[in-house]
Amino acid sequence: MKWLKNALHDKVAMASFTFLVLIAAAGIFAPFLAPHDPKAVHMDMRFAPASWEYPLGNDQLGRCVLSRLIYGIRPSLLWVLAALVLSVGIGGIVGFVAGYFRGRLDAVLMRLCDVMLSFPGYVMTLAIIGIMGVGLENILIAFVLSKWPWFARVIRTSVRQYAEADYVRFAKAIGISDWQIMTRHIALVATPDIAVIASSSLGSMILQISGFSFLGLGIQAPNAEWGMMLSEAREVMFSRPELMLAPGLAIVLTVCAVNFLADALQTALDPKLGRSRQKPQALVSALDTGISGKSGR
Amino acid sequence: MGRYLLKRLLISIPLLVLVSFCTFCLMQFSPLDPAEVVLQAQGVPQITPELVAQTKAELGMDKPFIVRYLDWLLSCLQLDFGHSYVTGKSVWSLLGPAFVNTLKLTLVSVAAILVLSVALGVICALQAGKRTDQAVRAVSFLLASLPPYLLAAILVWYFAVKLDWLPTSGMDSYKSYLLPVAVTTIGYAGIYFRMVRSAVLGNLHEEYVRYSRACGLPERKIMLHVIRNSLQVTTAVFCMAIPVILGGTVVVENVFAWPGLGTLSVKAIMSRDFPLIQAYVLVLAVAFILFNTVSDVLQAALNPKLREEL
Repeated sequence: MKWLKNALHDKVAMASFTFLVLIAAAGIFAPFLAPHDPKAVHMDMRFAPASWEYPLGNDQLGRCVLSRLIYGIRPSLLWVLAALVLSVGIGGIVGFVAGYFRGRLDAVLMRLCDVMLSFPGYVMTLAIIGIMGVGLENILIAFVLSKWPWFARVIRTSVRQYAEADYVRFAKAIGISDWQIMTRHIALVATPDIAVIASSSLGSMILQISGFSFLGLGIQAPNAEWGMMLSEAREVMFSRPELMLAPGLAIVLTVCAVNFLADALQTALDPKLGRSRQKPQALVSALDTGISGKSGR
Repeated sequence: MGRYLLKRLLISIPLLVLVSFCTFCLMQFSPLDPAEVVLQAQGVPQITPELVAQTKAELGMDKPFIVRYLDWLLSCLQLDFGHSYVTGKSVWSLLGPAFVNTLKLTLVSVAAILVLSVALGVICALQAGKRTDQAVRAVSFLLASLPPYLLAAILVWYFAVKLDWLPTSGMDSYKSYLLPVAVTTIGYAGIYFRMVRSAVLGNLHEEYVRYSRACGLPERKIMLHVIRNSLQVTTAVFCMAIPVILGGTVVVENVFAWPGLGTLSVKAIMSRDFPLIQAYVLVLAVAFILFNTVSDVLQAALNPKLREEL
């Protein structure tokens, strides 16, 4: 657990982590924290400036910006996190099975991933939304469906390298079951790798999902979501540009924190690589945009 | 090299077939009955079961699945993607011009990304750890956290509204390219510049650099070798950037009302225009595979070691 210790020593990482935990907690306890109903329209309060009652002012329908911001954490961060966990979970299972058992199963699973990865990420998501219709749930489903193959690929590569290690061979030789080897001996060493790819794709996922909401493909009005708040603010951008400030800052700060954390995690896991070469980082971001989804071919 | 080329091309054929099959299947999973969607889109007041059956026959949906797939594939090969449910126009007449517009935006952006990221990547790698490197990386880190639509909105607000230099949207003159290209470039240059940087850094640690230094080769000449070797890796990456950006301009196009694929696809999704969505997915997936093949071939041409892998 040395890597965890390293990560704890990093002040920026700790600050980011604390920030994210606070944001997530605010999202979970939104009904207790939000001063007003995020959907309550007060036409007499349109574009009201910040006041004690409405700390961040009111939007074009007189709704409380702060409350909308707090409720917006749920779709913008918490649900994205859930989608990420789910796709890493599916990718992890497939990756473990393919990387550990090898052979024909591996070939079949990886060809399946190849086919999935031959659709560019954005297009795959758009296609799935196109079929199932717009809405946040459909976007999240689309994300899980389009993201798991490359998680599977990366995790498989990582598992493969451990599955060949001498200690795993030894464990096999003395007759420990496959299940136990996978859970006790491989899962533990592969966890850091999985943590790195998961955390480094979270930032871009948040941006993409808020982008879909911005386009009107995601969550539907009157629900609050940061991307959608920005899209609503854009309509009155020329007269009230200040409405873009709160949701914009929320997204930028959150994604920044996520990226800092991902970076720190990577450095903590492999200090030498993190400081000098930064190879895995480039690789991960490349995979993230679907450029080299064929690294192991 | 010839053998490699042949093998690589043979690999992409089944992939293309599979992708087309997936695209076709995708539309079968739709929870809506296409015949009903067509009738609704055409504004038929009352949808009777007979009308639905008739439309189904017209659309050829009463045939078996495989027959429909083959029919569809054959007509797709002739660029006949059917007719839009909403406007009734042929899909290709909508998709073709949009594809060209998006391709223009993509190529200009890729050129800008290439120049910017190679320049920054090489400079940062040579200055690794120094102030320039740190500053550039910090800025790229911040820009990576900025949603493209927010960046676009800020740029529009400043350059198009406040200064009134550039048009806010559309595609009229070279001026309309500036903002969309800037947003796309800033969004992707951060990723690619890091790749160039790490490739150059990786090469700097190679044995041949130490050897050339030991032999007393001038530093400038060594750098030339390093840069040439590291660009080898990045050629493939940039080749793949074209289809990635082709599919990734959705947000930018919508913000700037660019008459391209992104705008078209979002419109199609909103109106549930299935033939259009299907054609969009197929065209981009095929482009993705083709560019992937080209990138692999290019890479193999540059690096003989890779040819043996296949």
